[in-house]
Amino acid sequence: MTTATLPVHTKKDFQTDQEIRWCPGCGDYAILSAVQSVFADLGIPREKFVIVSGIGCSSRFPYYMNTFGFHTIHGRAPAIATGLKLARPDLEVWVATGDGDSLSIGGNHTIHMLRRNVGLKVLLFNNRIYGLTKGQYSPTSEIGKRTKSTPYGTADRPFNPISLAIGAEATFVARSVDVFQQHLKDTLKKAAAHKGSAYVEILQNCNIFNDGAWDTVTERDARSEHVVQLEHGKPLIFGKNRDKGIRANGLELEIVPLGNGVTEKDLLVHDEHHPRPSYAFMLAHMEHRPGFPTPIGVLRSWGEIPRYEDLITAQIEEVQAKRGKGDLEKLLRAGDTWEVRP
Amino acid sequence: MVTSTINVPPRKREIIEKAVIRFCGDSGDGMQVTGSQFSNTVALYGNDLATFPDFPAEIRAPAGTLPGVSGFQVHFSSSDVYTPGDSVDVLVTMNPAALKMNLPDLKTNGILIVNLDNFEETDLRKAQMSSNPLEDHSLDAYRLFSVPLAKLTRAALKDLGLDAKSMDRCKNFFALGMCYWLYNRSMDSTLLWIDEKFQKIPQLVQANRLAMQAGYSYCEATEAFQISYEIPPAKLVPGVYRNISGNAALALGFVAASRQAGLPLFLGSYPITPASDILHELSAYKDFGVITFQAEDEIAAITSAIGAAYAGAIGITTTSGPGMSLKTEALGLAVAVELPLVVCDIQRGGPSTGLPTKTEQADLLQALFARNSEAPVPVLAPATPGDCFWIALEAVRIAIKHMVPVIVLSDGYLANGAEPWRIPSVSDLPAIPVHFETNPVNFQPYRRDPETLARPWAIPGTPGLEHRIGGIEKQDVTGNVNYEPLNHEHMVRLRAEKVERVARDIPDVVPAGDPSGDLLIVAWGSTHGPITAALKSQRAKGRRIGHVHLRHLNPFPRNLGEVIGRYDRVLVPEMNMGQLVMLLRAKYLVDARPYNKIQGKPFKTSEIESKIEEMFD
Repeated sequence: MTTATLPVHTKKDFQTDQEIRWCPGCGDYAILSAVQSVFADLGIPREKFVIVSGIGCSSRFPYYMNTFGFHTIHGRAPAIATGLKLARPDLEVWVATGDGDSLSIGGNHTIHMLRRNVGLKVLLFNNRIYGLTKGQYSPTSEIGKRTKSTPYGTADRPFNPISLAIGAEATFVARSVDVFQQHLKDTLKKAAAHKGSAYVEILQNCNIFNDGAWDTVTERDARSEHVVQLEHGKPLIFGKNRDKGIRANGLELEIVPLGNGVTEKDLLVHDEHHPRPSYAFMLAHMEHRPGFPTPIGVLRSWGEIPRYEDLITAQIEEVQAKRGKGDLEKLLRAGDTWEVRP
Repeated sequence: MVTSTINVPPRKREIIEKAVIRFCGDSGDGMQVTGSQFSNTVALYGNDLATFPDFPAEIRAPAGTLPGVSGFQVHFSSSDVYTPGDSVDVLVTMNPAALKMNLPDLKTNGILIVNLDNFEETDLRKAQMSSNPLEDHSLDAYRLFSVPLAKLTRAALKDLGLDAKSMDRCKNFFALGMCYWLYNRSMDSTLLWIDEKFQKIPQLVQANRLAMQAGYSYCEATEAFQISYEIPPAKLVPGVYRNISGNAALALGFVAASRQAGLPLFLGSYPITPASDILHELSAYKDFGVITFQAEDEIAAITSAIGAAYAGAIGITTTSGPGMSLKTEALGLAVAVELPLVVCDIQRGGPSTGLPTKTEQADLLQALFARNSEAPVPVLAPATPGDCFWIALEAVRIAIKHMVPVIVLSDGYLANGAEPWRIPSVSDLPAIPVHFETNPVNFQPYRRDPETLARPWAIPGTPGLEHRIGGIEKQDVTGNVNYEPLNHEHMVRLRAEKVERVARDIPDVVPAGDPSGDLLIVAWGSTHGPITAALKSQRAKGRRIGHVHLRHLNPFPRNLGEVIGRYDRVLVPEMNMGQLVMLLRAKYLVDARPYNKIQGKPFKTSEIESKIEEMFD
């Protein structure tokens, strides 16, 4: 008799012998390191992992992970991964993508993957720039940004990836930051544990074409004023001295200073399992307002929706249970037939 | 009480060899149903047949107008049938617009049945007719039967309590009943069909039954027709037959391929005319474990199929020209990562949206070349609706054995046209061996089979085979990213050689007709029928003609050049501007002559015959 034991992997098991071709100092290194260590901790056999990517700097990711990997074409990773997951629901399929890949050329596949709730984990490397094509603005670049293709500034309003995912009624939406290693790992573990589509935006620095894009979030001095870390069941507090809170006032959020009669009890308590996506959307939208912080952590985790591949598999099993497994001989002879005798 | 069979004391019954009948009316008049029912009935009786449904792209153009005319033609015979027929013996028209659009195809002295109730001044105006053809002697060359179809149908259904509109919707069955009388056919199979189709609405079962029986009785009682016809069964190859359209046959072929390979079938598809029926058919075969995925667009349709193929399923995608254009980048990816995939292009008239419901075969060069850089793929084409079944099996076999994407070029005429199909026994189907790599010792993702040059199919989930593939150029054997100049040239030549070697794996061509002689006709796809008919008739006149119908368009069968050399002249009829002819001229330096028709309609036998005669002038 054999006993099932969890495979023991180390981070090293997920490293490849390939020379990494990201620029020195790129935020992608930190993401790679976090994913390698999270995979090692999941206790899943290595051959069960598949990483599918599109095109862009982030999409080189599979080459550096010692798993099955498929570097595909621009924007199409979610669609390829959907076919893969439908054919093999037992595999752990992760998608590595960027702001151009997922939100511009692949925007359509992204929203359809999310609304179907295919069991894929998406790592969105958001550096707000096109790096591999050397510095054009992306669908997440801030309005007015001067880039190689917009010397007088962009006129495009940017996407907020979190809002877009929630708008598509994604069942798991989270945000983390390349340099917040522990937070990133914790977030990825939560994504891994979610059954349906998990969309994780990772704020990532491109030190060549958009250096410092997330400085307000990442700089030691600034970040406590500009970031609110969401934790399930905990009130929304931020500020260097943890002296500011977010309070709900009807359908509005407002910043209130703690003290002078305002206590933690008055603040909004984060509920990542809130049944209404509008709650998560309200949080996502905070950062567009002056003075409000950028939320990081799990904005929404809704486990009540079945996975797409499970529904498809169940439908096949149901029909087979009712009609029996298909008999080709019978199928070919279905309908009106007649015999021509010799 | 009306019974299902009526014994007719025939006035005069003439035995004839063949007939062509066409039903035409508004797209809401049920002409497609009427035509399919008539086809099934003659097929069950044992006639050989070919059908040609011809309908507008609009679901319901304004009633009674010229763009709204829909038709269904059936050619049935006691001998072999190759085409739906050049001209028509019996034309059933439901309104003036249908009459105007279809009359040119009716033979002189042919039978013309018109719905008298639809020839009011407003009807004539909608058909842009200045005078009433029923009164101005313009139809004198035909045997005209003006029948008040709507009035007679209403009279037959008066006791059912239906509203006028519902009663009028049954008039196509009145016309069908007339045609069954005319050709001495039993109504039984259509009665069964009505029972099943309308089982949830018993009133409509009654209505359609009564309408059809009333049409039959009308012919019998009024003595309008002084003659009826009998067409004895054809002498087909013994076996069990069914009537099948190209799209249905493709769907069955893929299910069969899935069984023969022992792998699940995955279809990624986006609805597009005239390919959607394959998606409809396959989505019903859940009991065979078929996974159908109606994707968000054409690109997701093919890429999901690539993902499924990567996972070890039979990945297929079905589309038509505009969808093919959208799939080209992903097809290049499949070439680069060397995964098995089948792409079916059910061709239609173009460019752009073109003629969605009309046939054409102008995507051949697109299938061969429309990808960036050097990205060769095998290309196959079925010759008849029934052949679609076999071509699906062949496409899957080649894709898996050679680890390549394969394109199947069908067209609107094959897709919707139907013919009697001899059902094969499952034990006679070809085997499709599959080998998934499982050995991790010295595993290399691009190590090749020395014979076919195929790389291993190493599916995710296999311990020890973790590896990376992608669209970026890779080193041979290891599959590592590689930009070295000589490696790239090596890989380009290798991918080309791999496709070329498919030629070792396909049969030589054997010309139909004369094995050598004055003229060789080389063709592909749905032109098979009219060419076969023309060949028969022209050879009977003593001309020495051969016919090669290519099912493998890339690579060509190995002996094609040699076969071409056995004839003095080469003619290549195509429903395009001359695509195969361009390939033949380039490859074999032969003075092959094009013959092109680009009207959204198949060739007529007579057109091919005239061209042959011209070649002999």
